[in-house]
Order: sequence, then C-alpha cells, then structure tokens
Amino acid sequence: MPTISLSLNGKKVTAEVEARTLLVELLRDRLGLTGTHVGCDTSQCGACVVHLDGRSVKSCTMFAVEADGRAVTSIEGFAADGELHPLQAAFHENHALQCGFCTPGMVMSAAELVARRPDASEAEIRAWLEGNLCRCTGYHNIVRAVQAAAKSARR
Amino acid sequence: MQDFGFHRPQNLAAAVETLKKRPDGKYLGGGQSLIPVMKLGLASPSDLVSLSALPELKGIRVDGKELVVGAGATHAEVADSAEVRRVLPALAGLAAHIGDPQVRNRGTLGGSLAHDDPNADYPAAVLALDATVVTDRRRIPADGFFKGLFSTALGPDEIIVSVRFPLPEKAAYAKLPHPASKFALVGVFVAKGPAGVRVAVTGAGAGVFRAAALEQALAKRFASEALAGASIPSAGLQGDAFGSAEYRAHLVVVLARRALEACA
Amino acid sequence: MAQDGIGASLLRKEDRRFLTGEGRYTDDVQKPHQTYLVVVRSPHAHARIKAVRTDAARAAPGVVAVLTGADLAKDKIGNIPTGWLIHSKDGKPMVEPPHPALAADRVRHVGDGVAVVVAETRDQAREAAARVEVDYQELPAAASLAQATAAGAPLVWDQAKGNVCFDWHLGDKAATDAAFAKAFKVVSLDTLNNRLIPNAIEPRAAIGEYDRAGGDYTLTTTSQNPHLTRLLLGAFSYGIPEHKLKVVAPDVGGGFGSKIFHYPEEFLVLWAARKLGRPVKWTAQRSESFLSDAHGRDHVSHAELAVDRDGTFLGLRVRTDANMGAYLSTFAPAVPTYLYATLLAGCYRTPAIYAEVRAVFTHTAPVDAYRGAGRPEAAFLLERLADLAARDLGMDRVEIRRKNFIRPEQFPYQTPVALQYDSGNYQVTLDAALDRSGWQTFEQRRAEARKRGKLRGIGISTYVEACGIAPSAVVGSLGARAGLYESAVVRVHPTGSVTVFTGTHSHGQGHETTFSQIVAEQLGIPAENVEVIHGDTSKIPFGMGTYGSRSLAVGGTAIVNATQKVIDKAKKIAAHLLEASPGDVEFKDGKFTVAGTDRAKTFGEVALTAYVPHNYPPGLEPGLEENAFYDPKNFTYPAGCHICEVEIDPDTGQVQVVAFTAVDDVGRVINPMIVEGQVHGGLAQGIGQALLEHGVYDDAGQLLSGSFLGYTMPRASDLPTYQVATRTTLCTHNPLGVKGVGEVGAIGSPPAVINAVVDALAHLGVRHVEMPATPERVWRAIRNAKR
Repeated sequence: MPTISLSLNGKKVTAEVEARTLLVELLRDRLGLTGTHVGCDTSQCGACVVHLDGRSVKSCTMFAVEADGRAVTSIEGFAADGELHPLQAAFHENHALQCGFCTPGMVMSAAELVARRPDASEAEIRAWLEGNLCRCTGYHNIVRAVQAAAKSARR
Repeated sequence: MQDFGFHRPQNLAAAVETLKKRPDGKYLGGGQSLIPVMKLGLASPSDLVSLSALPELKGIRVDGKELVVGAGATHAEVADSAEVRRVLPALAGLAAHIGDPQVRNRGTLGGSLAHDDPNADYPAAVLALDATVVTDRRRIPADGFFKGLFSTALGPDEIIVSVRFPLPEKAAYAKLPHPASKFALVGVFVAKGPAGVRVAVTGAGAGVFRAAALEQALAKRFASEALAGASIPSAGLQGDAFGSAEYRAHLVVVLARRALEACA
Repeated sequence: MAQDGIGASLLRKEDRRFLTGEGRYTDDVQKPHQTYLVVVRSPHAHARIKAVRTDAARAAPGVVAVLTGADLAKDKIGNIPTGWLIHSKDGKPMVEPPHPALAADRVRHVGDGVAVVVAETRDQAREAAARVEVDYQELPAAASLAQATAAGAPLVWDQAKGNVCFDWHLGDKAATDAAFAKAFKVVSLDTLNNRLIPNAIEPRAAIGEYDRAGGDYTLTTTSQNPHLTRLLLGAFSYGIPEHKLKVVAPDVGGGFGSKIFHYPEEFLVLWAARKLGRPVKWTAQRSESFLSDAHGRDHVSHAELAVDRDGTFLGLRVRTDANMGAYLSTFAPAVPTYLYATLLAGCYRTPAIYAEVRAVFTHTAPVDAYRGAGRPEAAFLLERLADLAARDLGMDRVEIRRKNFIRPEQFPYQTPVALQYDSGNYQVTLDAALDRSGWQTFEQRRAEARKRGKLRGIGISTYVEACGIAPSAVVGSLGARAGLYESAVVRVHPTGSVTVFTGTHSHGQGHETTFSQIVAEQLGIPAENVEVIHGDTSKIPFGMGTYGSRSLAVGGTAIVNATQKVIDKAKKIAAHLLEASPGDVEFKDGKFTVAGTDRAKTFGEVALTAYVPHNYPPGLEPGLEENAFYDPKNFTYPAGCHICEVEIDPDTGQVQVVAFTAVDDVGRVINPMIVEGQVHGGLAQGIGQALLEHGVYDDAGQLLSGSFLGYTMPRASDLPTYQVATRTTLCTHNPLGVKGVGEVGAIGSPPAVINAVVDALAHLGVRHVEMPATPERVWRAIRNAKR
C-alpha cells in the first residue's frame, strides 16, 4: 500500500492508504475528521470541499495518494485556535446555515472566492457556488454571508 | 471501487513506459471525469498512472501565431491566465464556465479531451479553432482527433502533451448549460481564423461535430444575420428528458447566433 | 421581556458546531468493532425472485453475514407498517399490502431490497454485495399513473384490482353538481403535479447495536421522529419491547419529510446487529437515496371551478389520482386525502366542493410526505384555476381573489371540506405583497424587458395551509394510527439554569434556539441558560417528531405548558419564602414579588430552595421539574401571498426568476431571523418544483433522474434574492398564538411561479405550462402557441 505524507491543517500526517482511498475517506474514516461530509456519489453536491494548497477541491473526487506532499485544509483546520474565521462568523451572523450538513463544504468553497475575488458581485457569488448544493437555506443568507465576509476582506 | 496500482512517474517517457507495461491501466489527469466513472463501476483499471508530476504537460504560452496550452493546465489556470485572456479570450471564457470551481481547480485540458464526453466544452473549442493535439509521439489535427462518443484517435498509451490553438481573427463560445449536470446541453464555438470559418457543436450529438450548413452560411458573412432562416437537421442528435433532438437542433442555431453576437 | 426572548432574532446556538465541523451526524458516529451493511437492490421494477445465491458473497473477504428475504421469514419478522388507514367511498378499507424489509418472492420497484451483506469494511461489503446472485424473472411493470390505471395494466399487488389502493372522496357531490349547473362559466385544468425527490443533503444512515448483556438495542438513525420509529419497530416490524430499544437521532442533515418514515434499513441494521453481536452501520450512497427514499407529490388531477358572471366562485370539483409507489410508506395514505382535499377551499368562500381521490400503486419507490405534503398540490390547482377564471372573465387576477376571500370577520370559518379555520386576514398579506413587489408598476418592467428581447411575467398566489395536524381524537377517527400530541419536560437545575426535553426533532429548524427563547421569555432568564435536548428516546418521555410545521405550535405549546407548571410550583415555594399566600405572589421578569411590597425572590433563589428544601412549604415535593403533553384542539392555518416575476428567453425557453416576494402570516413570530430562513428554504424548493425538479421513470420503471446529474437541484444561480415579510394574526387556540412556518414557502410558491410564466406568455395564447417549466417545455409552449 502506498504511504503518503501531507500537511493536514498545518500538521504533518503520514498514512498508509490503499490507492483507491478517496481523500474524503482518508479524512473521515481514517483520521476521524468528520466535518467533511459526503452528500452524493457523482461529484455534484460539494459537501466534501476542502482546500488543496489553498484551492477548493472536492475531496470525494480525488485519491488520497494525489495529496501526497501537498497541503490540505479541512473545516476543522479553518478556524484558528477556537476563534471563528470571519467567513464562519458571517455565516453565523447571517443565518446562512440550517441543518449544517452542506455548511463545511459551502464555507470552504466560499473561502476561496473571498480570498481570491473579494470584489465579486452577487451574480458572481451565486455562480461560484455552483458546485455546492444546499437544500435548507434557499441560498439567500449564504449569499449575504459571503458578501459580508468579502466586504470585510476588502477592508 | 476496485483497488489498483498507483504510479506517479516524473517525466513523460517514464509515464508512457509505465502504462505500456500495464495494458489494463489508465492515465489519471485531474480525475474529474475518471474518478466518477470508476465510482460508478464503469471503469476498473488495474493501474492508474498519474500525470500530475510531468513537467512536459505544464505551462501556457504564446508561440508565434499559436497559443500553446499544456495538457496538464487546469480549467482554472486557463480561465485565469493573462495570456489566454489576451490572445484567446473565448477560450478563457469557455474554461471559466466548465463545471464548477472545484472541477476547474482539478480538471485538465488533456483529461477533458482524452475523455471526450459528448457534452464537454473543450472539444468544441479544439475543433472550431482547428487546433492541433500534440501527443508524446505525434501531432493530431482536430478534425482527426474526435471519433464520437467517448472516443478519440489516441492510442492506448498515448499521452496528450499540449494543444496548439491557431489564434483566430474572431471567436466565441455560447452554451446552454444542462440544468442538472451543468455540462453543455448544447454548446457552439464559432471561429474565423487561418482555416476559415468553423462552427463546432458539443452536447447535441454523439460527439463534437462541425455544423457544415452554418459554416457555409457564415463563410459569406461572419455575422449573426447570416444565420437568419438557417437550421440544422435534428436527425442523429441526442434526445433525452432535458432536450429532444429537435430542441437541440434549434439551440444550435440560437447559440451560434449568440456566439456571433459576442464576436461582434 | 427577556432581551433574547420571544420576537428577538437571536443568533443560533447550534451554529458553532456545524461551522467548525463538530456536528455529529449518524455517519460521523463510529462504534467500536462496527461492521458495514450494504443492501443488494433490485435492478428491475417488477420481477419474480427465482433464486438468491449468496455463496460467493459469503466467501468474499471480510464478509460476516449475508441475509435475505428468506431469512426474514425464517425469523418470523413482521412487516413495515403504515400509519394511516383510509376507507374508500364504499366503506371498504384501503388495500394494505405487506411491506417486508427485504423482498422474498417479488421485487416491486427498482431499488427494492433483496438481501444485505455485512462486512468488516465498507468496501468489502460493497464488493461482496456485487457477488450476490439473484435470478430474476422480469415481469411487465406499471411505472406511472397512466400506465397503472390503463386497462389490463400489470398489477403491483394482486389484491389491488386496477392497482387502486383506495378510492376516496370528500365534500358534498350533490351540492357541487348543483353549483356547476348554475355556473356562468366553468374553467378547467388537467395537470400533473410533478414527482419530487426530497434529497436532504445528508443521505439516510443507520447504526444498529445490540448489547447481549442486557438484551438492549440501540438504533442511531437519520430520523425526524425517533419515538415513532421506536414505536413502529417495537410494535410491528421487529417486536422489540420499547423499554429495550433506544432510538437516537443525532444531528440530522435535513429531512423535508423524507426522514419522517420508518424505513427497512432501520430494522435491518438492528436485526444484523442482534445476529452478530456487533454494531452494524449502513449509510446510503446518493444514488441509493434516489431509489429508496420516499418521493413526494406525483398527482394527476382534473380540476374544475364554477364561477358566476362577476367572478364569484360557486363550486369546485376535483378528481385526482395519487401515486403511492409500490408500498405504502408511513404517512402515504394521509397525504392525498386529509392533507390535500381538505385544503381545497384555500382562502376562498367557495360554497360547494367535491373531491375524489384514487390512490394508485405503481412499480416505483414509495411516495409520501415531502415539504408541504398535499397542501402544495391543492394550492397549485386553486391558484391556477383562479388565474384561468380571471382571464376567461376578463377580470383582474388580484380582484378575483380579493372578491372570493374569506373576510376577516368571518373567522372562525367552516369550510365545506371539513376544516375550521380559526384566524386569518388574507387582505393584509395580499396588500403587503402587492405593495412590496411593485405590482402596480410591473407593466413598465415588462415593456423594458421586451426591449431586451425578454418576455417578463408576474404571477400571484394566495394560499392557506394547515399545520400541526390534530387533535388526536379527530385524526384517529379519520384513520391515523397514532396520536398527534407532543410532550415536553422542563427541568430546572438548582442554580436556575434549565434543560428542556422536547419530543420534536430539529434538523435545521433551530429549535435549540427558538425553544430556548420561549422558556427564557417565560422564566425571565437569558436564553443561554436554557438547553434544549431532542432526538433521544432514552431521555425524552415521548414525542411525535417534526413534520407538518408542527414543532412550535404543538411541541412549543407543550414546553409553554410545562414551564407554566414550573412557575406555578415555584410560586408556592416563593410564597413560603416570602411568607405570603401563593395568590399574592406575582412572577415577572424572573422575579417573584408580593403584590404591593418590595419583597422579592429571584427565580434562581427559588430553584435552589426547591433542591435544598430546608425552609420549604410543608407537603410540597422537592425539586423543580415538570412535564406536559399537549394535544391541540385544531390545526393551525398559516396563509399568505406570494408574487413571482420571471423573465423568459423566448429563443431558448429559459426561465429566470428575477424577483420573488412572500408575505406570510405564520402567527406569532418567535425568532424573525429563523422564520425568514425557513421561508427562504421553502421558496427554493417551491421554485425548484415549478422550474427544475422532476423525478422521472421510464416506461419500464427505471429511474431516469437517479442522480444529481439527472435530477435538477436548485442552485444559488437558479434563485433570486427573496423579499420576505410577515403579517400576524394569532392562532386562537394555542397560548403563543403561533401557526408554523416550515412549509409555507413550498406551498405558495409553485403556482406563483407558473402563473408568472403563463403571464409572460399569455399574449401568445398560452394558457398553461406544466411543472417543471423546463426550457424545452417553455420553448414548445411558445412555438405551439405561435402556430
């Protein structure tokens, strides 16, 4: 079995994995990081989005072996020392989550947008969230939260 | 999913060698097409040879009158590339609307072409722009590359290294996304370039194809008005719950007009 | 009032764990030595099972058990029961076929379970499942209502002739026929209310455990109502005594109805756990959810509205075929009957209504309640008919509704279809929605859009719904096999903080916050001092769970009542401490005072005294904990007005919702932020139904829309920014005056969207567009109208 080493949430992790192990399976089943969720089997729902070297990716559509030597951030590593990241705080303040299941993926996806394009328009935010399904919020408050976080990122 | 042998060669030659020895293996690009297929059990390769470490597949550059995009370039890299946006904005725009941001961060040009999904966006650009697919062993003109449903001219262990896009005078892409999958329900790429006027259609047929009737009409005048009254036959087009063949045929003309308007 | 009490947009207590990845959903739970179960499902819609060969699967690596329908029979396991019995017009009970957890002789829909494989790992279980060989003899299938009701259709159940489960009716046929006979005009509509697939983003999952030492079972499951699951498992499918069965529904990632029901997998994991003496976990893959979760809607209706010359509604006649799927899911028979036909009066004074409903078996997944459940189907018919009537009479769409509204002074209002509405003011929500939507200036926007080549339309719907289905005695007489009350325990701790135990279940609704606010308001303490516990049958006395927008109106009232009992007892303690008579003690803002004096005791002091009863009223029990069961007198009746604006690209038929206004009367609002969020989510699902979503089977019973690649889920880019507001009339029969908000968005919006689409195309002669109004459908409507 291949052995891989990666930086996970800032810490070095070494693991022996089957080649077929998906990154999300490594996180959830092997490492107990269950904040990253699985909501579909066709790479559509985005509940599993994590960051790979700062870019959002679907951890259900990537083999863990491909993360060898790279930096992975999951929702558990997104907030520093018990503080909410401004984007997480914006989700809280704008009631941008209900059941919470899509939330980690939604946050990780939106985080890349806020970091890279803090001036995104509402239409661009909605288009960016194309890969993240939410069945509870109707997206209204998620868009508000991303706008609020982007606004503070611009400051 | 069946387990498989995993290999990550460090250069092109080694990659080809690795797969040659494993006839039931497959190359792995960004995995955005292959992994879903494997999850469904529709492919069970004995080995995967990752192309992620190959330096030969990287990079985007302008070479004379051609834009050269490395096969390993992700859709996001193409969409965000200042070079691509400057010399071939239609291609950057196309790449910016493939799938979703996460697919664009992993999926590659080479992977998309090798997979040749009938609803993929890139094949339309490659065909309409008369691009050349450069592999580890030869150059394949676009007209000879696509062979219909999930099928290309690539040999079993052949690797796409880059794609050379002749820079057009005018080009644009218009698509109606499939409501659920966000692939192209129909996408039309129009170009006026060194090879004349070419119109390539994705999503409507069993694979990307050129719309001869539209090309003839546009050869006379490269403007949406030239398509007044134009139509393409629906026979042989795809039809499903999201779009009958007749509707798709209609969309081809509508989207061709829109692409032309975007060129103007 | 407490600052974070009733009416405050208190930020949610539950958010932090979800935002940091610390939520604990069923599949997140890992039990020591757990095994994994995979269900082998039928690839055929209808087939005879000739043989199930399990040898190869048993021999596969890691496999610890393979069980089949034959093993179920061997173990004398009961069937999955149905929660509601409907009687046909002729008085006969509905056909109630058996629903085994695994099919033994025949499979009846694609996805029907045939066997289970249990292995050490998920991958091993999946690989072994592929090695279970089932010999099927394929049989012809009836996959749609049209197929199933055709002459000579293949039968899903031999005992259900013509595939009819029941043929039921409601209302006064003679009076309705008489109304039609004197009508100035009759408008009619034939429509399919599209099948929807709920698709909560968390797939269903279950973990079964069996403790051999004590003979105790634990089921951890994605359920909206763990107590009901325990009751059904215990009393019917598995016969486990309730005191030996604990059901836990931890964090649940959305339900929308689909997680109300008791599913076979909940039994299967317990059965396997008992056999193995090890925990057994099952988690659905999404493609499996599509095949095995209960679907929603799927009605074919013919509806007619009789109107007078001046637009007065005289009578309504509706004939509906409702798809039940292959088996009767828990609440399925109630949905197209008591949750549907009873709502056909809508907001209107229509004096005569007659509805006939045939429930029909098909070779498809079971169909049951999905957000709205029957009420969206009723609202859609009424609001389309109202528009058609206005159009044919040359009347204004708003005026025909206003003219027929039940007037504010007419409440309580007895409808001709059994319900008595307690309160409402439909003019007020209508006027507010008209105002906020810019209804009066719409024609300017239409003209401006036309210049851009777009067809713009505006649509309105005014709806009423019924929530918090009750009272138990009434629903029992109508066929419910359960009560529909709710329980609460309010436990005051010695220092005055409070734990509330509720029988409802929160899976996105924010009960931990809202219910805290109610208790905080009553006790005059901060909401952060109140903890709300739900979803564990070992902690909560009993509960009927969360669905039908019932949690606040029924469960919230139980909490209010239990808290009031706490206050009543605390008053006695306070009176003793204050050396006053209990009758002279007032409780306000967290303080007990003696009227006309400055003598006072805080709630905390009284709580401490209850647990340290040194100086204590003689004869009074120590402690401060009370429970309450609340059985409502009536349903509640939220209502409102939704207005949608769309723009249509006539070349492609694409519809974009460009504005949506919803003004709803949900009774008293406890947390406006949460109420708005509930409306937003409902609107997305309603707009999804109108424009995007459709569960489609082919004629052979294969589900064509079996993944997110083929079933269109609403995405952010498909939806607009919503304008939502509330107007309040209080419910008259519960102490909070609350009505319920979970479903209003999904009920009012589909007809508003379709009315807008039709309005955009009306000048072409288009009278109706079916749901979902996909680009091709709209394009065809335009093209056919032009011909």
